[in-house]
Amino acid sequence: MISLLAAVPIVGALLVTLLPRGNRSQQLVARHAALGVSLVALAVALVAAARFDVDAGGYQMVEEHSWIEPLGAWYSVGLNGIGLTLVLLTVILTPVVLLAAYRDELPGNRSANSYVAWMLVLEGLAILVFTATDAFLFYVAFEATLVPIYFLIGSYGGKGRQKAALTFLLYNLLGGLLMLAAVVGLYVVSADAGEASYRLADLSQIAFGENTEKLLFLGFMAAFAVKAPLWPFHTWLPEAAASATPATSVLMVSVIDKVGTFGMIRWGLELFPGAADWASPTIMALAVVSIVYGALAAIGSTDIRRLVAYTSVSHFGFIILGIFAFTQTSTSGSVLYMFNHGLSTAALFLVTGIMISRRGSAEISAFGGVQKIAPVMSGILLIAGLSSLSLPGLAPFVSEFLVLAGTFTVNVPLAVIATLGIVLAAVYVLVLYQRTMTGPLTEQAKVVTDLTAREVAALTPLVVVIIGLGLFPQPMLDLVNPAVALVLGGLP
Amino acid sequence: MNDLLSLSMILFTIGAVGVLVRRNALIVFMCVELMLNATNLAFVAFAREHGNLDGQLAAFFVMVVAAAEVVVGLAIIIAIHRSRGSISVDEVRQVRG
Amino acid sequence: MIIWLLVAFPALGAALLLTWGKESDRFGHLIATAASAASFVWGLVLFVQLLGRDHDDRTVTESLFTWISTGPQGSGAFHVEMSFVYDPLAALFVLLITGVGTLIHVYSIGYMEHDDRRRRFFAFLNLFVAAMLVLVLAGDYLVLFLGWEGVGLASYLLIGFWQHKPSAAAAAKKAFVVNRVGDIGMALAIMLMFKEFGTTEIAAVGDSVAGATANTITALGLLLLLGACGKSAQVPLQSWLLDAMEGPTPVSALIHAATMVTAGVYLVVRSNAIFDASETARTAVVIVGLVTLIAGAIIGCAKDDIKKALAGSTMSQIGYMMLAAGLGPAGYAFAIFHLVTHGFFKANMFLGAGSVMHAMDDDVNMRHYGALRTALPVTFATFGLGYLAIIGFPGFSGFFSKDKIIEAALAHNVWIGLATVLGAGITAFYMTRLMAMTFAGQKRWKDEVHPHESPRVMTVPLMVLAAASVLGGILLLGDWITDWLEPVVGHTEHHEVVIGGVELAPIAVSALVTLVVAAGVAIAWATYGRREVEGETPEKVSILTRFARNDLYGDTVNEWVAVRPTMGLARGLARFDQHGLHRAITGFVELIGEGATAMRSWQNGFVRSYALGVFLGALALTLALLVVIWR
Repeated sequence: MISLLAAVPIVGALLVTLLPRGNRSQQLVARHAALGVSLVALAVALVAAARFDVDAGGYQMVEEHSWIEPLGAWYSVGLNGIGLTLVLLTVILTPVVLLAAYRDELPGNRSANSYVAWMLVLEGLAILVFTATDAFLFYVAFEATLVPIYFLIGSYGGKGRQKAALTFLLYNLLGGLLMLAAVVGLYVVSADAGEASYRLADLSQIAFGENTEKLLFLGFMAAFAVKAPLWPFHTWLPEAAASATPATSVLMVSVIDKVGTFGMIRWGLELFPGAADWASPTIMALAVVSIVYGALAAIGSTDIRRLVAYTSVSHFGFIILGIFAFTQTSTSGSVLYMFNHGLSTAALFLVTGIMISRRGSAEISAFGGVQKIAPVMSGILLIAGLSSLSLPGLAPFVSEFLVLAGTFTVNVPLAVIATLGIVLAAVYVLVLYQRTMTGPLTEQAKVVTDLTAREVAALTPLVVVIIGLGLFPQPMLDLVNPAVALVLGGLP
Repeated sequence: MNDLLSLSMILFTIGAVGVLVRRNALIVFMCVELMLNATNLAFVAFAREHGNLDGQLAAFFVMVVAAAEVVVGLAIIIAIHRSRGSISVDEVRQVRG
Repeated sequence: MIIWLLVAFPALGAALLLTWGKESDRFGHLIATAASAASFVWGLVLFVQLLGRDHDDRTVTESLFTWISTGPQGSGAFHVEMSFVYDPLAALFVLLITGVGTLIHVYSIGYMEHDDRRRRFFAFLNLFVAAMLVLVLAGDYLVLFLGWEGVGLASYLLIGFWQHKPSAAAAAKKAFVVNRVGDIGMALAIMLMFKEFGTTEIAAVGDSVAGATANTITALGLLLLLGACGKSAQVPLQSWLLDAMEGPTPVSALIHAATMVTAGVYLVVRSNAIFDASETARTAVVIVGLVTLIAGAIIGCAKDDIKKALAGSTMSQIGYMMLAAGLGPAGYAFAIFHLVTHGFFKANMFLGAGSVMHAMDDDVNMRHYGALRTALPVTFATFGLGYLAIIGFPGFSGFFSKDKIIEAALAHNVWIGLATVLGAGITAFYMTRLMAMTFAGQKRWKDEVHPHESPRVMTVPLMVLAAASVLGGILLLGDWITDWLEPVVGHTEHHEVVIGGVELAPIAVSALVTLVVAAGVAIAWATYGRREVEGETPEKVSILTRFARNDLYGDTVNEWVAVRPTMGLARGLARFDQHGLHRAITGFVELIGEGATAMRSWQNGFVRSYALGVFLGALALTLALLVVIWR
């Protein structure tokens, strides 16, 4: 089941590249095909979700095959509630993004075939990352996701795309390298303890030495902190987001960056509980810095894409804070937050991306009074913004409040500082809305036209889910709670 | 034995100095050949000394490689001569960093 | 009892109007009004049912579904039911919100007739009513917070309804952000409840208070007060309310006078268990109420903008309610009583002001009014009744409700009591000033303005509200309201007013207040009624007036204490992040790049130098080999 789920987009991507490339109509066929593939993946994922036993906390639908025997590497995949949440996020966002990206202007007459194919590859790899239960397989898939993003930014982005792609690659490779060292270290430890195996189930049986555990944990954390992005390792994100297409930004921030926070749970807490406990005060402090710093930097940004990227830095701070507070409430909240943030940031990136491509500039000052000529666009920007500032009734509020309430029970000062973030969030969202949408329509902003039916069709599912999960988040929480309880149960 | 090796060393040194000091690509090329044959001589000499065929085998390999190299090398030199009218190695500097 | 229907009508109305296309422009306002009216009728039905129940059996809880849960209830995990509680306090609010709300819907049909976004306006009004009902019906603090922020959103949308005006957009943003500052208090209070009591259900929190430490209770009280200050525009979070007058006038009437801004008072009264247990928190509430009461009244005296004068008055009146709520069991019921009567007469006057603006081509400057009593007879009559109610003319609703608060305040502390008496005098002053400048004196409007009475659809709500302003006092008949609220707020204690060892009868207090009010009226009449009012705002005025005109420099303080430092820090950080931190990290990468560039010069293109390199390398290798062998 899981292998099928991961294979559908990857095989689909190969087929899309084989389709004839050339004029617009042929490229349209490729886009249709890619959308079709992503919808098939969505269907498969929904079937998997329907078969998933919600009450069990452990891994389900496990598939295991020996892969590289001397290394103890297995092709071993399985789903738990946390993984399924993120898989669902991936398969929901991919069709939305593909639909929204139908008219993306690609630089230098590049063919759309490869563009959409890379997105599908990314989807498949992301699913693999979220389901891998073997450290080696996880590492390979984790690093492999860099390739599609590198090309998506470097080949299809806007101004300064190559530099941005390089920045992205270097940061993430550096983090990945430290993780590689830890992966090698895992082999040594596990081979010492008996038969070498990278399977999570085998690894979690091993009693690490205290220092070994800390070092291995830090190796993994380095990669995750860059990916997540945790202050001060976040600076690649605004650079990359400022040069990527909106579709790429969505996949990068909403899906792939979640690998960082997801990894912290599965390959941090689950594998190295002792070290995670040791590091949690420091990481929580950095997370709170992220929250405030990201929000302030967003307020100070003059470029819309950078602004949205900084809001994500702030939100990732909340997610990490919740994970390392180690309470059922906060950690469940964090997992839900990953899902909700994916949706709300996707909506924000897509709608601002449309604004920017219509106007031809990403500067906030290039807009003004747009609501007059584009009421639907301004309405969706407002909803996306309100979800970003965690308005009660919209999905992100539930998760943010769980994170804060859970954190409050273990560390009052940090929770109080983090709560200040809600005021800053209101400022960055409303300032953005005020400066771009309200006031008299400026001469230069007259070129902006309202959303087309296709764009509305792409954004509506996001809006519906954001509102729906704001009032009825419990199905998602039911999915997450048992798995989180199991992970937290392993902590000292 | 020592005579053969001495000859080989002398030939090799002549070739090496030629490669370093001459500008004419053809001469440089011939000097390279000279060095190759100097080593061939050493190979054969050792083969004779030890009474087995390993050295001779190696000499044959060198000859084959040298032949192939001559074909490619001469072709390049002729191409350069055609395009520039000169075969001085100092003038072909386009590939500098 | 199906409580959720109350919320469902307006919520559905809002959803329908927001998603339905242009074709609903013609009848959208009717749907919205019908939704609000249906909610009111259902509220009446429930109210009658509640009346039929026993005195002690008037709390109905309805749990719809589990909203948020990370574990089973009572296990220490976070668990919130989407639950509604319908009790006497909620019942009163439901009637006030839907009743006044429906009237304002009706009024808006006329007021917004020529606005091409009228449908959306009504959608937002419905959204507001739904959110406000969630707020007052909530059985859990987090559900209350949902309504709390919902009304904040509706308020944001409605203040900024004329988004093309930069001032309206700025005012909307300001209102939301200032409210968010208060929300920090609310959010932290809820977190603290969860930490200490393991639950955020209002009733359960009330039960848990007995077992909590004094510090916890005080902290809870102060945090809730911070939230209340934001929503109710109490000092120090008052500055948004005056700017909020940028919204269409029915919005000011509904949200920024009658209902939403009283949410803070509701919160304090609803959390009476917490405030009963903490003297410090109650004192803080009294101080906030007192300061706002005076500050609002002073601001109201200096404004020439009719809506801003009324807004200052609103601040001041909510200060009264806050103060009453801070008096504890002696004041809760009177706070609510005043809240209800204020809802009637302030909505009446705001709508009246809207009617005046309607007649004056949207001019809000009272110095351009004058002698409107003949041109707008209905508006004048209804406004006049509201005026008599707010200054506390004997027999009118405001007389009873304000009197009770002053009496309770005097009994609590003489000085606080006297301050409230002074407040009543200032109220009489600024309201008389407003009446005189608007309706009395000579006409000061320009000739091209032709004041005309508003259409029926606008005047009928005025009449209904005026009647309610006059008759609101009957709620006190036979102490009905204190009895009614007793199951929620406890028995209303009565303390005798003792000044200097002399016991004052209630009638003496009333007489004192009436005297002060009469003095206020007289001074105002002498200044603005008998003398000619200048057509333009005079520049040379006393420091006090200038102080009041600038809203007591609240904005300036905010600007220098909060806005500028934050924005400066934000801009600095954004620049630092892009050019400092990021550069520092990429700088390391560039260092490597430069090293590579330096090495590049070795590739000079001379074949022979490459050959030399090869030979030297071979030589070095050979020598190294020889060294190894030799050793």
